Amino acid sequence: MGECGYIEQVRYTCAIGALQTVVAIPRALPILHSGPGCGEMVSGFYERSRGYAGGTTMPCSNFSEKEVVFGGIEKLRNIIKNSYKVLDTDLQVVLTGCTAGIVGDDVDGLVEEFREEGRPIVSVDTPGFKGNNFESHSRVVNAIIDQYVFQYEEENEARSEKNTVNLFASIPYQDPFWEGNLREYKRLLERIGLKVHVLFGSESAGVLEWQHIPRANFNILISPWYGKPIVEHLEKKYGQPYCQFPYVPIGANETEKFLKKVIKFAVENEAIIDHYSAQTFLKKEKKAYYEQIDNLATFRLDFYYGLPNHVHIIHDAGYVLGLSKFLLYEVGIVPKEQFIVDNTPEKYKEEILQEFEHISEKRKIEVTFDPDAGSVQRQLRTIEHEGRGLLIGAGWDKKLAEEKDLDYLPAALPANYRITLNTNYAGFSGGLRVIEDIYNRVLATYN
Amino acid sequence: MGTVNLSAPEVQIREVRLNSLSAYLGDANTLVEHQHSVSKDGRRTFSQCSGCGSAKAACLTSLIQDAAVISHGPVGCSSCLHSFEFTYRVDSVNRKVDNPTQRKIYSTNLKETDTVYGGIKKLNATIHEVNKIAKPKAIFVLTTCAAGIIGDDVETACNQAEEELQIPVVAIFCEGFRSKVWTTGFDAAYHGIARKIIKPAREKKKMINVINFWGEAVFDEWFEEFGYKANYITPFSTIDGLSYSSEAELTVQVCPTLGSYLGAALEEEFGVPELDAAPPFGLTLTDKWYRALGKALGQEKKAEEIIERKRKEYMPEIEELRKKLSGKKAYVVAGSAHGQGLITIARNLGMEAGGAAVFHHDPNYDRASENKDILAATIREFGNVPNYNICNRQEYEIVSALHKIRPDVLLARHNEMTLWGAKFGIPSMLIGDEHLCLGYEGLIRYGKKVVETIENDEFVKNLAKNTQNPYTKWWLEQEPYTFLKGGIEVQRNEGTA
Repeated sequence: MGECGYIEQVRYTCAIGALQTVVAIPRALPILHSGPGCGEMVSGFYERSRGYAGGTTMPCSNFSEKEVVFGGIEKLRNIIKNSYKVLDTDLQVVLTGCTAGIVGDDVDGLVEEFREEGRPIVSVDTPGFKGNNFESHSRVVNAIIDQYVFQYEEENEARSEKNTVNLFASIPYQDPFWEGNLREYKRLLERIGLKVHVLFGSESAGVLEWQHIPRANFNILISPWYGKPIVEHLEKKYGQPYCQFPYVPIGANETEKFLKKVIKFAVENEAIIDHYSAQTFLKKEKKAYYEQIDNLATFRLDFYYGLPNHVHIIHDAGYVLGLSKFLLYEVGIVPKEQFIVDNTPEKYKEEILQEFEHISEKRKIEVTFDPDAGSVQRQLRTIEHEGRGLLIGAGWDKKLAEEKDLDYLPAALPANYRITLNTNYAGFSGGLRVIEDIYNRVLATYN
Repeated sequence: MGTVNLSAPEVQIREVRLNSLSAYLGDANTLVEHQHSVSKDGRRTFSQCSGCGSAKAACLTSLIQDAAVISHGPVGCSSCLHSFEFTYRVDSVNRKVDNPTQRKIYSTNLKETDTVYGGIKKLNATIHEVNKIAKPKAIFVLTTCAAGIIGDDVETACNQAEEELQIPVVAIFCEGFRSKVWTTGFDAAYHGIARKIIKPAREKKKMINVINFWGEAVFDEWFEEFGYKANYITPFSTIDGLSYSSEAELTVQVCPTLGSYLGAALEEEFGVPELDAAPPFGLTLTDKWYRALGKALGQEKKAEEIIERKRKEYMPEIEELRKKLSGKKAYVVAGSAHGQGLITIARNLGMEAGGAAVFHHDPNYDRASENKDILAATIREFGNVPNYNICNRQEYEIVSALHKIRPDVLLARHNEMTLWGAKFGIPSMLIGDEHLCLGYEGLIRYGKKVVETIENDEFVKNLAKNTQNPYTKWWLEQEPYTFLKGGIEVQRNEGTA
């Protein structure tokens, strides 16, 4: 980052960007108490991210000068009231922008009034100057837990289902593969004998699943840092311990490691795991995976026209770690200088660096933390390695890849050059998909 | 007294300057009759995300070849600007930029402490850093809601930096809350450009300014016949080229909603007259446009020749398109003047105007003239337009209108607006090139796209059967103006659907 803290080539958004966390919950509605452009900025950042009632459907108080001077609470009251007439939704989350934040409207008080009338509504403070969406994702989830889930605690006793877990992994939409990843995690965890609340996306049962959050025996966090305040909060609130896997498990090695860690944790927490059937499943998945790798190996080893031998990744910490491990051992592409642009808080950096230390005994992987991707690009412009290189990053990086003659795989936001529907990069199948994506792009360069 | 005042750092907002409206639902004729006498705009008791001036100001500045843009605010206020990096790369081909460079877009990344102690220090440092790293020919600083409310003195900071760095450092006041009409963001950018970039002419050139976005360079050929070159401003221009837009003999608008302020500033402050005509939307306005152009350039005969030749050349194909499109009902969703233009185009192609949702309405432009009133012109030629909605991009109003009107085709100009046509099984299209529909050629090019869209309706029909819809049944049965209060009162007496 520049010394004064500016950011070039923004790759995440501000706190109110966590409205996408709401969009990702089936039939939930974000309501913005903000300036008129916040929704447009966030939708424009994520693109193709409307879900059920996001994008231009989202109600918004569209602050004008009048509300800045006199406050906007009465306007918001009307908008919430009329939202119930116009839109058919199961959960409403009011998010505040900078204007409301500075003016000091009592949004919590207003939302409380609606809640007392029996409305499933939640408020959360998300002015852009109070942080980014990586952080406020946790604030939004915790607000829903405290203001909505808590109402259903009586019929959902804490830790009453030994084999049920809540899963917190990708940040919806910020991770372009979030929906596919959740589907894959759910499939894998179910096959080892767990019942999974994924909470977001088409695999979620919507608000009912949220109501059941307390029932889970423990939580799974797949992330180096973001989302951690959620599992810590649930630990305090419902006594649920959490099992953390600090990066996206991509390919066979890491997926197996992930599942074994979860199985061990589940057993320690008195879940009933059928070890035989879990092991059988793992073996089968792994066998099928390596049949594909075997098939590919000839191409990988014989294709003498040239394949990338090294990679730079510009992404969030979970992907930079997960992809580095996967590409080194399962594809044979060596991770060189890596760049983490998610504005990782200071206190988590050491743990992430430790993970990089342990990737390989014979290699040292240079890692830079810097949310100013402009500076990252300037650094990359000065780096040269022997052989054909690969750059995994965002839309901003296409031009850089061209300049440096690197193969380019867009896999981070903003994603101007790629459509992602429900593709997953996590899991066994995710690893195979990464390989397809890389080599298809390489092959496309041959005429 | 003109509306342009370059001595003030901030541009006057459209609501004040032009009496622009952001809420109305009724027929177009009533609007035109009342547009100069409305004392107060309408308001809504339910509203959805609209849009703000900041992104619009960024559009006009970040696409300048050699400029840098700093959004002075939290990181979110610049988060959608990556789309201009894409636009620049893709459209540079049409606009003859050989080596499209990366767009230089920065955020000062304001934090909570900055809202307490002010963000000016951070802005100062960022301006200096950006100058060092990007070596731009000019730096534009865009303000945001947070910066505006905490009262950062951005103007003084920019003026100081300008002195120190010896390049223009331009403060653009485009906070989202300033105006209900987000096109004020365009005005804000133009205001800054007119104040700090445009220089007095050294000489006059055989050149005509075209105020536009990224449309294909169709004016090159049109002006060449008169012996003039087109100077497209401000996207894809250079700071240098922009500086001497004052040396043009004339300015034309492709959309007076967009370029109103810059056209007026160039005329009033730099002596470049603005063409007194609506853009060439459809046959009548195209002929008027050529005649006005001929008159302004002293080449009336040339204009008549062109009109005659083009009529001969293009009318047969236009007639063919009319046969295919005759009787089809069109609904338009677009910005103010461009929307009026699309209605005119649809009617020129033999279609019926089923209604329109325009984002706001300018009763006047900065250089007021009846000749520029596209809506009045289309009413004179083709009659009234029903269901004319000034919607401020309120999706729920459009959804309710479409549910009842059920047009044969939806013609859009802005993102996310075709979706609701498609969800109702209505063939819908968006044209991003704002020049595509202009002139005789444009009528054909646009007409062909409409024919194709109506013919290829399998996708939207299938989508309609399977799509999800968050709107309640109750809402779909209500009139679109249910939550509209005040403004032009006639709206509730004149029926809609």
